[in-house]
Amino acid sequence: MAETTHGTGGLAFDRSKRAWPNEVNIFIALILIVAIFEALGQLLPYMKGQSLLFDTNDRFDSIFNEARLRIIILQVSIIGIIAIGVTQVIITGGIDLSSGSIVGATAMIAMSFGQTELVNGNPNPKAIFGLWAMDLPVVVPVLVGLGCGLVAGGINGLLIAYTRIPPFIATLGMMVSARGVAKWWSHGNPISFPTDQYASIGSGMMPVVWFVLLALLFHLILKFTVYGKHTYAIGSNEDAARMSGIAVARHKVLVYTIAGMLASFAAIVLSSKNLTAQSGMGLVYELDAIAMAVIGGVSLAGGRGSIVGTVLGALIFGVIISGFTYLRLDAFYQEMVKGGIIVAAVVLDQWRQHRAAMKS
Amino acid sequence: MSDEIVLKTEDLTKHYGGVQALEGADFELRKGEHVAIMGDNGAGKSTFVRQITGVEQRTRGRIRLYGEDVNFAGPLEAREAGIETVFQTLALADDLDVPDNLFLGREITRLDFLGPFRVLDYRAMRDATLAGLKKTAVKIPDIRNTIRNMSGGQRQCVAIARTATFHSRLTIMDEPTAALGVQETEQVENIIRTLKTQGEPLILISHNMRQVFDLVDRIVVFRRGRICANLLKSETDGQDVVAYITGAKTQPEYAEAA
Repeated sequence: MAETTHGTGGLAFDRSKRAWPNEVNIFIALILIVAIFEALGQLLPYMKGQSLLFDTNDRFDSIFNEARLRIIILQVSIIGIIAIGVTQVIITGGIDLSSGSIVGATAMIAMSFGQTELVNGNPNPKAIFGLWAMDLPVVVPVLVGLGCGLVAGGINGLLIAYTRIPPFIATLGMMVSARGVAKWWSHGNPISFPTDQYASIGSGMMPVVWFVLLALLFHLILKFTVYGKHTYAIGSNEDAARMSGIAVARHKVLVYTIAGMLASFAAIVLSSKNLTAQSGMGLVYELDAIAMAVIGGVSLAGGRGSIVGTVLGALIFGVIISGFTYLRLDAFYQEMVKGGIIVAAVVLDQWRQHRAAMKS
Repeated sequence: MSDEIVLKTEDLTKHYGGVQALEGADFELRKGEHVAIMGDNGAGKSTFVRQITGVEQRTRGRIRLYGEDVNFAGPLEAREAGIETVFQTLALADDLDVPDNLFLGREITRLDFLGPFRVLDYRAMRDATLAGLKKTAVKIPDIRNTIRNMSGGQRQCVAIARTATFHSRLTIMDEPTAALGVQETEQVENIIRTLKTQGEPLILISHNMRQVFDLVDRIVVFRRGRICANLLKSETDGQDVVAYITGAKTQPEYAEAA
């Protein structure tokens, strides 16, 4: 190869050969999708020249339609928190189907420790426990909730790492079981009326704040810590990781546990935002979270992807959902197209991998 | 000083169930010496290496590294003791770059109290990588390139560069050029010559007669799980070695192997 003739013993930095970061492609895709919706707004006669993201009626101070922007990021941030964990799992070459059910189970269990005693002067009609569990400090439901994720994610990780069953099966089992826990906990009754403190966790734009903070934290962790490096190494070549002395099994337990805890934190934020917990909460969230990661360039083959990509994937996801509402398309079509987008993202990833393999 | 024994095995034996993959191997490697291990497929070469590097546990026998008895529970322990192995199947993570791969499993870190979340010292690892590459005269255009984007030769060079980076006490290469083109093979052979001039001891497993005669001082031939010849390069030739490999000849001191 031509580059090897430099003769500087690896001291030359040949930037030109480095690949364009994939996140740039995804960002361009995001812009393109927005542009398509904007164009449709102009072209479709019934849209009367409305805009998706821009303020056409001078309702806001900036040039953007701030209300819609807010909805888009609010919509994706709770599932986005789950997607941060799912991203790490997929980078190790695994998959986590249990996060949606962990959301359901955690919301129920955490909320039952976050209830308030009196609702408008009357006893809480949805009380699960006796008075001892009413008006507890907010750390109690939060720790209990995170504990749920720790246990569920930990079981996932232990099963995958030590029984060597495929992640798909282990987390499918957890998906069914955790949903069962969610239904059993209060025999299907919703759990409502949290304390003010609990309600403040996910009120207003707080879900977005949590999403951004957690995304930033895990971006730094994946990029700059041993944990991150080993996560990529395992997904890239598990045998090499093992031969290099990485404790692969232990690391996988850690990754699945963190994913479980992120799902349970999303459950706390969601139940706080909705002021109630129901056993059906988080249904198919696992698939949406996987979709965000995959759209964001996280390779299902493992080893590649980033939190930045997943955040962009989440935004693409949000823009598409919001864009369909804006085009006044029925929810049925949204689901159909959502499925198509997930498949398209995987096809694109395969194609990209194939091309990379051809190049080398 | 040059007579110091780097590696010595006595009666090294490995049985897989009833299969005697390796039987009573007595082997010696001196400081600065480059030794080739040759033999037909299934002759026990790779089995021999796997016992030394702790990938497998031996059935019987002793391994001494610089005079000390060693018992490696796994490849990492062997590596910590200074045995660097370039495996037939490259133990590299495709999606990571060169320093990441060199330091995989033994990263230079800061803030170690953070446990698994301790922070990587990228700068230190990069500097050490460049120093290691310089020492072996390995040429890689951009060490920040991922392994996936490299040619087979460059990948092999990265695997070999690990040796130099970690001041290994013994380097083992299992068919390092089997999958490489002519030019790339030459590159790897040059690195091996560099290691020789630096006095780094090496065990080379190879099927390539020309390469072996080019690079090493001594040839040890395996046949059906046993050592059947120990030949100084200066006292043998290709035909002779082939005779030992195929079983046409056996050295008298190894007669029981026949």
